[in-house]
Amino acid sequence: MRGAAAWQLEVRPAPVDIPDTLLVVLGGRWRIDQDLPSADTLKARLAAPVRRLGFDASGLTDWDSGLLTFVAGIGKSCADLGIAVDASGLPPGAQRLLAMATAVPEQKLAGRDGGAQGTFARVGEATLEFFRGAPQMLGFLGEVVLSLLRLVSGRARFRARDLWLEIEEVGPRALPIVSVISFLVGLILAYLGADQLKLVGAQIFIADLVAIGMVREVGALMTGIIIAGRTGAAFAAQLGTMQVNEEIDAYKVLGISAIDFLVLPRMLALMLMVPLLTLYSGFIGMLAGLLVSVTIFDIGVFEYYTETLRALEFKQFAVGLSKGTVYGAMIAFAGCLRGMQCGRSAEAVGHAATSAVVTAILLITIAASIMTIVYYQLGI
Amino acid sequence: MNAAPHIDVRDLSLGYGDFVVQRGLDFTVDKGDIFVVMGGNGCGKTTLMRALVGLQRPVGGSVRYSGEDFWSAGAETQQRLKRRLGILFQGGALWSSLTLAENVALPIAEYTGLPPARVDEIVAFKLALVGLAGFEDFYPSELSGGMKKRAGLARAMALDPEILVIDEPSSGLDPLTARRLDELIMELRDSLGTTFVVVTHELASILSIGNNSIYLDSESRTMIATGHPQDALKNGHPKVRHFLTRGGTL
Repeated sequence: MRGAAAWQLEVRPAPVDIPDTLLVVLGGRWRIDQDLPSADTLKARLAAPVRRLGFDASGLTDWDSGLLTFVAGIGKSCADLGIAVDASGLPPGAQRLLAMATAVPEQKLAGRDGGAQGTFARVGEATLEFFRGAPQMLGFLGEVVLSLLRLVSGRARFRARDLWLEIEEVGPRALPIVSVISFLVGLILAYLGADQLKLVGAQIFIADLVAIGMVREVGALMTGIIIAGRTGAAFAAQLGTMQVNEEIDAYKVLGISAIDFLVLPRMLALMLMVPLLTLYSGFIGMLAGLLVSVTIFDIGVFEYYTETLRALEFKQFAVGLSKGTVYGAMIAFAGCLRGMQCGRSAEAVGHAATSAVVTAILLITIAASIMTIVYYQLGI
Repeated sequence: MNAAPHIDVRDLSLGYGDFVVQRGLDFTVDKGDIFVVMGGNGCGKTTLMRALVGLQRPVGGSVRYSGEDFWSAGAETQQRLKRRLGILFQGGALWSSLTLAENVALPIAEYTGLPPARVDEIVAFKLALVGLAGFEDFYPSELSGGMKKRAGLARAMALDPEILVIDEPSSGLDPLTARRLDELIMELRDSLGTTFVVVTHELASILSIGNNSIYLDSESRTMIATGHPQDALKNGHPKVRHFLTRGGTL
């Protein structure tokens, strides 16, 4: 047994005195798990006078696609250089497999430029993509508005059960996470306020700060962000999967509006439940503020309670609830939009979910800024 | 009835953006035909199907149903023409949040004013027809691939459409189930006069049920044969015979 673990390769002119014919002599073991030579190592030998190339594989003990890739690589180089390859010296099995691999010529596909793109090209692509996305978003917005109008005029059709399922999923099941986050945010607000108010000896106003802050602004914002991550992503994934399964197409072909049937119940569920969660979030936040004030800053429970009642006017609730409703609509819009735009693969569904959260948070932030300015100008 | 052919496709070009998948498609489908669209993988069969049922606007050309051009028509006409169609998607495309019975019932409830009890009867009958009696309350995720496909057919037939478009009826089905499906298609044609457009590359189906066909070629990007599949097998274009004999000729 001569070195069964090793491959042997020799390249020589053959017959000896004819320089335009090369013989590649292969010996030993050529398997894919070995450190085999690359076909490129032979390139230097394929220079000018060579016109023909043959193989001698009589010394070969063992082979698999390690050998085939090597030979196919040589074949490709030879084809580029116009060198004729005679494969008859190879084992018959190898000859057949190589013939199969070359039977269908390589496809030159249109529109598949695999080359790496420069940074500028990618920035350009992304910008164009963004502007292409805007009309789509507006188109979807238009469809949703039309669907809402159909709902108001009593012509939109969806199943009440779907609405209830969504309401249950969005509302009660979100309570634990909304409780935890709201409690902690209320705690932070109280500490933050106490620190500043201590300077002027007006610690009792912690109650005002927490109450107004939570009810008017922070409750809605926190709930919005939680629901965007929890439900917005779920909407995008659900609709995206339906897109992959051609379920949305099945609605279209039947002439049933997928917007009415799928988007509307989700939109309504969020527009109903996010304001309620906002209210709840404000309440929990105030509870946290009370706890901090009583235990750490020596404010009486009753004192805190009356101060809170004094601070909270109806308009604070109105602002908080209106923001909650708008955020809910934004989350449902972003989630359903990204779901409906989803491509037809598992990867696209994941992308839709991610994109839904990003879009929802962006829309919430924009809406929050606009509403804050408008309410300020209106003196609410 | 007017004399215009049931489905008339003229100079249809299909594509995505700048990329043309098929061009110059010309064919007619008569009432009661089982029209087979055949061709290798990736030749544009499914794209053609999507253009026929109104899911993807063709790049050029026309699709006429009894003389009415679908793609240049207004939304209302399109809606009316779509109602004449039933479609079975490749994976069944059942609505995942509804049970089988609800899946089949939805189109009926949407388009007819039938009382619920009557709808239930129709649903039960359609499911029995595809061999799924007793599965009314199952959700699609609880079914095997073949059952989903049969349930999809039950939904497609819900409104007794004049034309049933079926994408890959037998892919993923065992030979016996596939044959049962073929028999069901022929029976529906014979008894109800339904016209079928079947997109497939299942040879047994093509040769046993088809009475008219086109072959889409992916290299020349157009149709290279039309007519009865048996004729195409005997004296059609060499490529089509090559296809219909699994490469046995040529």
